[in-house]
Amino acid sequence: MTIPSRRRLLMALPVAGAGALGLGCWKILSSMEEGGFDPRAIRTEAMRHPLPDFSLGGLPGAGEGFDTRTLSRTGEPVLVNFFASWCIPCVAEMDALRKIARFLPIWGIAYKDRPEDARRFVLRDGSPYRRIGLDPDGMTAIEWGVTGVPESFLVLPGGHIAWHASAALDARQFEEKVLPLTREAK
Amino acid sequence: MTGASLRQRRPALPRLLVLLALISFLWPGGTRTGFPWSAAPAFAVDAPSEMLPDPAQEKRAEAIGARLRCLVCQNESIEDSSAGLARDLRHVVRIHVARGESDAQIMRWMTQRYGEFIRLSPRFSIATFLLWAMPALALIAGLGLAATMLRRARPAPPLDPQEQARLADILKEEGEHRS
Repeated sequence: MTIPSRRRLLMALPVAGAGALGLGCWKILSSMEEGGFDPRAIRTEAMRHPLPDFSLGGLPGAGEGFDTRTLSRTGEPVLVNFFASWCIPCVAEMDALRKIARFLPIWGIAYKDRPEDARRFVLRDGSPYRRIGLDPDGMTAIEWGVTGVPESFLVLPGGHIAWHASAALDARQFEEKVLPLTREAK
Repeated sequence: MTGASLRQRRPALPRLLVLLALISFLWPGGTRTGFPWSAAPAFAVDAPSEMLPDPAQEKRAEAIGARLRCLVCQNESIEDSSAGLARDLRHVVRIHVARGESDAQIMRWMTQRYGEFIRLSPRFSIATFLLWAMPALALIAGLGLAATMLRRARPAPPLDPQEQARLADILKEEGEHRS
């Protein structure tokens, strides 16, 4: 008895479909593990690349404030880091930021933080920030497209955002993604 | 009530629930703004002070907010969410509405900062073509499949006289075997 080849084909279709689905799921999961795909990341390709308009007061005793003009006229790449003293991932990120600060100036923006809390937070173990701006109502963060703290942006001379991470930075990410971009800019 | 009528009634409840779930899912915006039979969607405006004094403007701001994704919760609109960022974005929307900006202007302001992802319903483009066309494609495929199945299920043509004679012979033979 032979099964008609058409029927055999129809039976193979669901199996092939399930196989393709499994392959797709495996691909998603493996690239999530490698860090190539983050389903929670806000898509950044549509982000606007020139700097947004903003002007922030400083944190006396810890760092001068800054605005769009000062940030776009630095002449060197700058890492802009949104942080808050009340944010646990920011506490965890601090160690990496202090190491990164040896290679790249970091300008901090304190998101919805009280000045005294922010000052105590950044000065506790040595501040990684060259400048610090206060964003008490979070409106500057919205101008930048920030969805939460910590978030970091690489700003190239001339005021262009070349890279954006909506999560805490670590040394590996910095070496693989950020450093090559700063070298290109030089 | 007899046992038979009970037995007939029991499966009706799960079936009804499935039907209701299906209706609420397929209802335009049903999953986003609550069930169709609830009079007003439950918005998360935390305090009356957040609202605009002009009811018409407030209604417009709510409609715009219902189309914007809360980027913290990601599957809620900023009108539904009580996350801090959602509250801030509601405030921004109301500032722009009070300034008399159009819906399109406000949506552009948001997508310039947060990308297309902030739209709860993505715009039609090459990248989202399959997403939008899938219901129509599925319907066409289903109709095509149904048509071929129905055509195949058509009754066989009647036997011609020669075949009828052969059938009669076979049946007669069978009858002789049995007796």
